[in-house]
Amino acid sequence: MKYFILSILLGVLIISFSSFRDVIEIKKSAPQQKSTPMTRGKVVYTQYCMPCHQVDGSGVPNLNPPLINTSYVLGSKATLVQILVKGFNKGVEIDGDFYSNPMPAQALSDQQVSDVLTFVRNSFGNKATAVTVAEVKALKSKLK
Amino acid sequence: MRLKKNFLLFASLFMGMSCTIAQNKNNDVHIKVPTGFSNSVVADGVGRARHIAITDKGDLYVKLNRLEGGKGIVYLHDSNGDGIYDQRKSFGDYVGTGIYLKNGYLYASSNDDVYRYKLDANGLVIHPDSPERIVSGLINRRQHESKSIVLDNGGNIYVNIGAYSNSCQEKDRQTGSMGVPGCPLLDSAGGIWKFKADQMNQTYKDGERYATGFRNVVGLDWNQKDNSLYVMQHGRDQLTMFPQYYDEKTSANLPAETFYKVPKGGNGGWPYSYYDQNVKKKIISPEYGGDGKKEYTGTALDPLVGFPAHMAPNGLLFYTGNQFPEKYKNGAFIAFHGSWNRSPELQEGYYVAFVPFKDGKPSGDWEIFADGFAGVEEIKTPGMAKHRPCGLAQGPDGSLYVSDDSKGTIYKISYHK
Repeated sequence: MKYFILSILLGVLIISFSSFRDVIEIKKSAPQQKSTPMTRGKVVYTQYCMPCHQVDGSGVPNLNPPLINTSYVLGSKATLVQILVKGFNKGVEIDGDFYSNPMPAQALSDQQVSDVLTFVRNSFGNKATAVTVAEVKALKSKLK
Repeated sequence: MRLKKNFLLFASLFMGMSCTIAQNKNNDVHIKVPTGFSNSVVADGVGRARHIAITDKGDLYVKLNRLEGGKGIVYLHDSNGDGIYDQRKSFGDYVGTGIYLKNGYLYASSNDDVYRYKLDANGLVIHPDSPERIVSGLINRRQHESKSIVLDNGGNIYVNIGAYSNSCQEKDRQTGSMGVPGCPLLDSAGGIWKFKADQMNQTYKDGERYATGFRNVVGLDWNQKDNSLYVMQHGRDQLTMFPQYYDEKTSANLPAETFYKVPKGGNGGWPYSYYDQNVKKKIISPEYGGDGKKEYTGTALDPLVGFPAHMAPNGLLFYTGNQFPEKYKNGAFIAFHGSWNRSPELQEGYYVAFVPFKDGKPSGDWEIFADGFAGVEEIKTPGMAKHRPCGLAQGPDGSLYVSDDSKGTIYKISYHK
């Protein structure tokens, strides 16, 4: 009898544990949103750009330029792609302030470059056209 | 009726405006200081106020990092003795950080050169438009470009020449890029150079590399007590470039911001090593074969204090006044500009710290002396900070002055018995 009760208890435990696991697995897969250039771009931005340009794109006074409403971000896509792919170590003046840190070349895929540039051009109050993978490919080929 | 309406509108606008001015002047942040101390805003909107120097009469010279009306040095005077600087004059057509008063001269630096201006008996610059150029042609490749200055009592001027690199990698700030063997930039940067304070038109060949292996020193001072140079180094950024050894959190908290007494020939250890304040050891940089644990056994000074990482010490001042309580006498105040290189963690610093000294050595733990300059509880980005402490100076009455290079506010901190 004792063993019977124990085995029932054990059974209940196993069942509840496995259903608990099911819940976890469901939860893991549930919030998967549809992947867009903006969601993917944010992931790239967080990993590669945020440490210097900051979470809100405001940069660091005197060191790392802001990405908010500047001609660098909103202007020529060719320049933007070049900065990302080749890096950038020139004097930057934005609104009378100078920024001194160099930007290293980023080893990103064409897809990542497209996503992150689209994200930056449409975040922090910026509004500009997306940068497509085809555009990235074409602009990169001109750099070589 | 219409007139009355207009008058009311005008009156309310005017009142609104004067309120805003009052708020900017005094109440936009609350600076916390120890019991018995008070603080006040003695000037506001001065510009990108970097280092500051005070004359015997209490007039203030401020070096700007951005020209205001084409000028890079501001002279501030209190004409009616109410403690507020109500008169301003500007001169000097160059930006920079360094400014220092000694033996009847005002010394100031651009990011390439060092100048001096003769003062009259009242501490006023006699020829503001024709300074004497003492040193020229110092390395300025944008990164760590500021040339902080201090003089000793033997007619020498010490100039920081920051390294134009984060950690002397083959490719600066590139993930995984290794260090250049023998870091060649140390021949002309990454150290403290010594020049004659009264000799015109010196260049590198006329000076001497007094100390090397300092990535970037912004705060430095001459300690009158032991007649020695002391510096605060900005530690390297981005240890996460070697993710096999450092995760984001580790990189946010390493390496220490370090405080050194620097003898002639002293070596700070950059770029080959850094100081880990948690284990209190010098560690080999990952660019030069380190793994986050291997101890550095080469020649390098031990810091007097290892502060938390990335807080950017921009001002250093040994307190020689008689106004503050005894514990502050001959101790060191340090202005921390505040970090940027800690994300996704919150930023740190944005305060003035104090290190007590006895017999030329720290005699106790460092503490936060004045805090709250940022004006926000959680500082996620440097852009959120309303004010950023940068320069320090001691007034003739023993008060401590703090400059802010964000809004150009000058604070005065005094002790009342």
